[in-house]
Amino acid sequence: MQQERVQSNFALDFIGSTLGRILVSVFVPLATFLALYYGFIFLRDSGAPRGIIAITAIIWGVGGVAALYFVTNWFVERLPGEWTNRLQPFVFVGPAVVILAWYLAIPTFRTLYLSFFDANSNNFVGLDNYTAVFTQRIMIEAWTNNLIWMFVGTAFTVIFGLFIAILADRSSFERVAKSFIFMPMAISMVGAGVIWKFIYDVNPNIGMLNAVVTGAGGKAQGWLTLVQPWNNLFLIIVMVWLQTGYAMVLISSAIKSIPEELLEAARVDGANEIEIFFRIIIPNIAGTLMTVITTIVIFTLKIFDIVMVMTGGQFGTEVIGVRFYREMFVSGNTGYGAAIAIVLLIAVIPVMIYNLRAFSKREAF
Amino acid sequence: MKITRRRATYIVNAVLLFIVVVWTVPIVGLLVSSFRQRNDIQSSGWWTVLPHQGWMSTGEELPIPPDQTRDQPITIEGVTATFDQWREGVAVNNDTRLVWVGNLRSGHLERYTLQWSANTNFTFDNYQQVLGGKSFEIRNVDGSTNTVQGDNLVDSFLNSLTVAIPSTVIPILIAAFAAYGFAWMRFPGRRLLFIAVVALLVVPLQIALIPILRDYVNLELNGTFLGIWLAHTGFGLPLATYLLYNYISNLPKDILESAFIDGASHFTIFTRLILPLSIPALASFAIFQFLWVWNDYLVALIFIGITNRDAQVLTQRIADMVGSRGQDWHLLTSAGFVSMIVPLLVFFALQRYFVRGLMAGSVKG
Repeated sequence: MQQERVQSNFALDFIGSTLGRILVSVFVPLATFLALYYGFIFLRDSGAPRGIIAITAIIWGVGGVAALYFVTNWFVERLPGEWTNRLQPFVFVGPAVVILAWYLAIPTFRTLYLSFFDANSNNFVGLDNYTAVFTQRIMIEAWTNNLIWMFVGTAFTVIFGLFIAILADRSSFERVAKSFIFMPMAISMVGAGVIWKFIYDVNPNIGMLNAVVTGAGGKAQGWLTLVQPWNNLFLIIVMVWLQTGYAMVLISSAIKSIPEELLEAARVDGANEIEIFFRIIIPNIAGTLMTVITTIVIFTLKIFDIVMVMTGGQFGTEVIGVRFYREMFVSGNTGYGAAIAIVLLIAVIPVMIYNLRAFSKREAF
Repeated sequence: MKITRRRATYIVNAVLLFIVVVWTVPIVGLLVSSFRQRNDIQSSGWWTVLPHQGWMSTGEELPIPPDQTRDQPITIEGVTATFDQWREGVAVNNDTRLVWVGNLRSGHLERYTLQWSANTNFTFDNYQQVLGGKSFEIRNVDGSTNTVQGDNLVDSFLNSLTVAIPSTVIPILIAAFAAYGFAWMRFPGRRLLFIAVVALLVVPLQIALIPILRDYVNLELNGTFLGIWLAHTGFGLPLATYLLYNYISNLPKDILESAFIDGASHFTIFTRLILPLSIPALASFAIFQFLWVWNDYLVALIFIGITNRDAQVLTQRIADMVGSRGQDWHLLTSAGFVSMIVPLLVFFALQRYFVRGLMAGSVKG
C-alpha cells in the first residue's frame, strides 16, 4: 500500500516533467492507434468463430471511436491554454466534417467528374452518358415507371394516410389501429418483397390474391410478370403498404394540433364534416402534407429494394434505382452509372434549396 | 342527433377495423406459413389453418357399379356423370360428394361430407433448416428422401448485428460531439460547415457509392465490417448531426454556464452533462438508424458484395434466397420472419421513440 503510493508519486512527478509530458503525449496516441490497427487486422484476417468476431468487432468499433475522441481531446487539453481553445472545437467537429467530406461532399464532385468519362473512366465522352440516360429505350421505360411510382405511389400513400388518420381520430381504438398500420415501417423492403411475392404467387393454394380471384370465379394470374403494365401497380402497392404508416403518423399529429375551438365554431355555424375537412383541416395541415409528399416523392425516386427483390426490373418494371445498380455494379459502366446518380441529385436540388432557406430563415445561427 | 353520432362512430370503427385487418393480414400470412410443413404450403393456403368448412372423407367405401366403360356416363345414386368427373368428385346432394378412387375396374367410391376442420399441423423444421448450416433430410410424399443444404441464417443474423450496432453507435457518438461543437463552441467556419450539413441532408447516397467503392478497393476496406460501419456513419451523419444539434442547442444555457464557472472543461461538460440530458434525442435517432441499417440492402450489397458470403447480412441472404429458392415458400417465409423479428421487437418495445425519430428524420437522403 505504502510502496504503491510512493511509486505513483514518482510516476506523477515523471509525467509532470516537460520531457515526460512530451513522451506521454506522443506515446499514448501512438499506442491507441496501434491497438486499433491490430484490432482491425485481427478482424479482417481472423478465422475465429463468428460470435467471437462479432463481439470483438462491436467492442473494437464502438470503443475505438470513443477512445480516439478521448485521446485526441486529452492531447489537446495538454497543450498551452490558447492552443487548447483554438483546437478543441476541431476535436469535437473535425471527425464529423472529415467523414461528411469523404463520404458525401467530395464524392458528389468525383461522381460528376466520372459522369463525363466512358465505362473505364479513361476517355472523355462529354455529355454522351447523359444523352444515353434520357434516350435509351430501357431508360425511357425506367423513367416512365419512376413517374408512375411517383404519382400513383405518393397519391395513394398520402390519401390512405390522411383517410386513416382522420378515421383513427374519431374511432374508439386509435392507438392500437395506428400501431398496426405503422408496423410495416419497421420491416425491410426486402422482407416486404418476400411477403408480397407470397401474396401474388401464381398458385391459388399459395398466393392469397389468386385465391380470392379464383374463389370469385376468375382465373389465376401472374400478377408480377404477365399482367403488364399493371404489374407496376402491384409493386407500388407494396410501397403504399410500407409507407402509409409514416404519412398517417405525421398527418395525425398535425390534425391533433388544430385548435378544437376552431372545429367547434365551424360546427356551431352549421358546417358539415365534409366542409370542415376541406375548409379547415386541409388548409391547417398543408405544411405537413407538403413535407410528407416531398419525403415520399424522394423515396419513390430512389426506389430499389422492392423492385430488385420482386421482379429484378424484368417484365417492364425497370426503375432508375435498379438501372443504376446494374449499370454500375453488374456491367461496370462507371460513366453511365455516375450520370444516373447525378440526375438523381439534380432532381432533389429543389428540396435542398428549400431546406437551406428554411434553415437560414429560422436560425439566428 | 345522439343516435346518428353513435352510428357514425360505429361505421368509423368498422371501416378502420377492416383497414387494420387488411394491413395486418400479409404479416400474419407469412408468420403462419413459416410454421407450416412444406407439403401443406404447396397444397393448401395458409388461411386453411382457420376453422373452415371443407370436404372430408367419412371413411365409408362404396362398391363401384360393375361393367362400366370409360366413355359412357355412369349413374350412381341417381346422379349421372362421366368417369373423369367421378374421379374429380361429384356432389350427389347438398352435403355429400362421391369420389371414385382407383381405376375403372378395381377402384371404389368414397363418401365425402362437408365438415368443419382446420389444418393445424405446425412444425419448427423450416426454422431449423434456414437457421442451421448443416444439411437437412426431407421426406417426400412418396417416401423417398432428399438432402438439402441449410441456409445458415444464424451467421447472417450475427453479421447483421455486427453491422447494425456499431453503425448506430458510431454516427451517434460522432454526431453528438459535432452537435455540441456547433451549438456551444465558437470557431471559424462554423456557420459554413453547418450549412453544408443541412445541404447534405437530402443528397441521395447513390452519388457516393462509386467513388467510395474505389477508395475501399484501394484501402482494402471492401467487404470489411469497418468499411460498412464507416459507410453507414457517413450516410447517417447529416441527419444525426442536424437532429442532435436541434436538441442540444435548445438545452438551457445556464446549466452550461454554471458548469463553466465551476471550472469544468468542454469534454467534461459534454460527457457528464450534455450526453445524459440528451438521452431522449439520442434514443430516437438510435432506433431510427438501427432499423435503417438493419433493413438496408443497397449499401450492404455494394460494400459487402455478392461474393463475400461469410460477411453477408440478412437482407442480402434473403434477397438471394428469393432468387435461388423462389418456390420454397416454407423456407422463404421462415427466413423472412427471421429478418423481421428484431425490427418488430424494437418497434413494439420502443414505438414512441421510433415514431419521434421517424418524424424528425423526414427527409433522409
